Amino acid sequence: MTEYFLLIISAIFVNNILLAQYLGNCPFLGCSRNIGTAAGMGAAVVFVVVMASGFTWAIQRYVLVPFSLDYLQTIVFILVIAALVQFVEMFLKKAAPPLYKSLGIFLPLITTNCAVLGIAIICQRKDYGIVKTLVFSFASALGFMLALLLMAAIRERFELSRLPQSMKGAPAGLVMAGLMSLAFFAFKGMIS
Amino acid sequence: MVTSSILVLLGLGFLSAVILGVASKLLYVKEDPKIAEVEEALLGANCGGCGYPGCSGAAAAVVAGKAGCDVCVAGGQEIAERVARVMGQTVSYREPQVAVPGCSGGDRATALYRYEGAMDCRAQALLAGGGKKCGLGCLGLGTCVRVCPFGAIHMGPKGVPVVSPELCRACGKCADACPRGVIAVLGMTARLLHLNQTDDCLAPCRQKCPAQIDIPRYIQNIKRGDFAAAVQTIKERNPLLLVCGRVCPHPCESVCRRGAIDEPVAINPLKRYVADWEMNSGTRLPVALAPDTGKRAAIVGGGPAGLSCAYFLRRLGHHPVIFEAMPELGGQLRYGIPEYRLPNKVLDWEIEGILRLGVDVRKNARFGRDFTLESLEAEGFDTIFLGLGAWQGSNLRCENEEAKGVLSGTEFLTAVGMGAKVELGEHVIVVGGGNTAIDAARTARRLGSKVTLMYRRTREEMPANAIEIIGAEEEGVEFLFLAGQTRVITDASGQTTHLEYITMKLGEPDASGRRRPEPIEGSETRIRADNILAAIGQKPDLSCLYEEGGECRLEQTRWKTIVADPVTLQTILPHVFTGGDVFTGPDIAVSAIGQGRRAARFMHEYMTSGEIRPPERLQREMIPDTLFSTLDGYPELPRVKIPEVCAEDRLCGFEEVELTISGEEAKRESCRCLNCGSLCHGEEPEFVMIEDDAA
Repeated sequence: MTEYFLLIISAIFVNNILLAQYLGNCPFLGCSRNIGTAAGMGAAVVFVVVMASGFTWAIQRYVLVPFSLDYLQTIVFILVIAALVQFVEMFLKKAAPPLYKSLGIFLPLITTNCAVLGIAIICQRKDYGIVKTLVFSFASALGFMLALLLMAAIRERFELSRLPQSMKGAPAGLVMAGLMSLAFFAFKGMIS
Repeated sequence: MVTSSILVLLGLGFLSAVILGVASKLLYVKEDPKIAEVEEALLGANCGGCGYPGCSGAAAAVVAGKAGCDVCVAGGQEIAERVARVMGQTVSYREPQVAVPGCSGGDRATALYRYEGAMDCRAQALLAGGGKKCGLGCLGLGTCVRVCPFGAIHMGPKGVPVVSPELCRACGKCADACPRGVIAVLGMTARLLHLNQTDDCLAPCRQKCPAQIDIPRYIQNIKRGDFAAAVQTIKERNPLLLVCGRVCPHPCESVCRRGAIDEPVAINPLKRYVADWEMNSGTRLPVALAPDTGKRAAIVGGGPAGLSCAYFLRRLGHHPVIFEAMPELGGQLRYGIPEYRLPNKVLDWEIEGILRLGVDVRKNARFGRDFTLESLEAEGFDTIFLGLGAWQGSNLRCENEEAKGVLSGTEFLTAVGMGAKVELGEHVIVVGGGNTAIDAARTARRLGSKVTLMYRRTREEMPANAIEIIGAEEEGVEFLFLAGQTRVITDASGQTTHLEYITMKLGEPDASGRRRPEPIEGSETRIRADNILAAIGQKPDLSCLYEEGGECRLEQTRWKTIVADPVTLQTILPHVFTGGDVFTGPDIAVSAIGQGRRAARFMHEYMTSGEIRPPERLQREMIPDTLFSTLDGYPELPRVKIPEVCAEDRLCGFEEVELTISGEEAKRESCRCLNCGSLCHGEEPEFVMIEDDAA
């Protein structure tokens, strides 16, 4: 039990996928204009990351390893994730229209989110079992969502403040990302 | 290895393609092709003005029936028609709307705030509560300017937003963004229906006016020389501006803030000026009407309340029919107010304007005799307005009051108003101190009699308008104050010869705040009187409500007025409304006009939605905070003089006494208006500038 607890804490805070591993910076800057969008994006990421990690875990275990095609991991994962996201989008549209409505516009964006691929590959590198893979990917995605929401909240306040023209938008966002990253650095060493 | 990897990837790619292909076939969700067509018809600007995520979102909403064909705020009528063609619908008239900034800025909107760098009205309101003393005032940071997708708003020279109506698409973003509710997006219907609320920005004159006319606005229109706009502003509240410009005792002027500096602005003469300007221009300004609703309303009584009610119902798209007992419309305006104050041709022109909008009239139709509530209901009227007025004059209330030669003031005025030949003796006594008494006295004077006006209190307590009293005095009406009638004395034939009265002295103030007159015993005196006109008071005549069985479905008060909700004017019968003198007892014309609109407002609600919801926070009394009188630093400007015909010439007939001012005078007078809001020009706000260090 402790093992899973530590896994979750570590994935959310210590090894935050965004602020400690710098994966998925594109939506981090692009979708953090307001909290509503950020929450939608975060939820979509949680959903897709868990699906993708589970699916790629199965591909790795039952296709790539038996046929010794490990070296094709990255390209196969990209293909699988892209196809999966498309499939999931279609499936949701048919099966769960309300969920599709709330996640819909973010799903296609996630195809190119390297955090998804990153989490899937990390799970393989660490050689997690299926349960651990799912728990880890879920927690990592939560960490992503947390960072995104924090960023959005900060940027909403930025909208109201007076910034030099040259700092408005992405520059201020990147500086903020750096500072947040430094703040999250404080978690380092909490869990070895 | 290369071959195998290529094969594997090809295989995987092929597999994915097949799966997705099959899935897209299996999981196909039928999308209405209309969505694409509607999207095609829309502007494609993706401005978001409609509140949907882009034009495709709006198109989906239209097809789903969640939005109407007029969803596109940027496109206007043309786009709405294109969308309607796709949807197979037709667009009915779309009421033009425009954003209206409500703050005049006063002195304070020029002071901008910086609070920890926040230059946004919303942040300002959240962080510092706005910082201004006036809770309604514009914060002047221009958030509305920034949110407007069409560039229709800019900051004016006074630090308050100015809307360019030709660019405004009425998307409502500015109204949503403004934390103070300064900007409202309103169409004509909403403006006609609005009643003063305590959280509106209301100058004292607007609070006081019984018709709730937006006085500062029409004066500003005059100041800019836009007389047509001034007329339209007044007509949103009062269709009888020619009448009110002449006879209104202008309660608004009594609270005008300018009065604290020198004299109140001549609000009513300005109204009269623009009203006369319209009449003399030879053309009537077009009055906008809402689309037809097909609902019908019966208006019983063609006086100021009934005319006002009919006018507003017509503008709201209904079909009113006025039932008038007398041969002509106008009620007390025609039959109670003498020609020299309100010429019939002026009244006719004004009434014709209302009727031309599509109001039907049935004259010589007396309620209770020619028709009843039941017959109106049977005829299919959706609502009924009872504006019967207060026509029954009071008796003289003294001994021998039935003697020959004693008349009621209202009957006398009505007879003269109808053009009947009324013979008066040489000596006429008018008893009473109100406007009817003065009207009767001045009318009798014009018929050649020597007139004495007898009142039981003193001149200070007279309820009549001061200017009328002076007018009467100039025309040679004698006044006999502190005199109470006790007995009418007749000769052998029963003809009145004298009136006996007793001298009074003023005692303690009574419930109405006026000092109660008390008779001095033994001071009875006689005065020559061939005719006595009793103008002591009027009351409604409700006998017509009683149908054959003697049953009355409406309640009445002990003052013989109809019982109704004081806000909605709805009687105990839900489809019957009332207003004017029959509800309040004798009152001034502008009150009746205001109630006519209020009744029309709730009748509209009753006819369109079936239920009545009075708005909250209605302003009923003067708002205390707004009644300050400390105004420093304003130069004195003399009030315009209203020209009058000199007293000798007046007595020759019933020519109009008061004349109108000139256009130049009107413009000059309009500059005297301080253009107040609710707290503008008050004491300096306690804190004006909050600067952060960085600024």
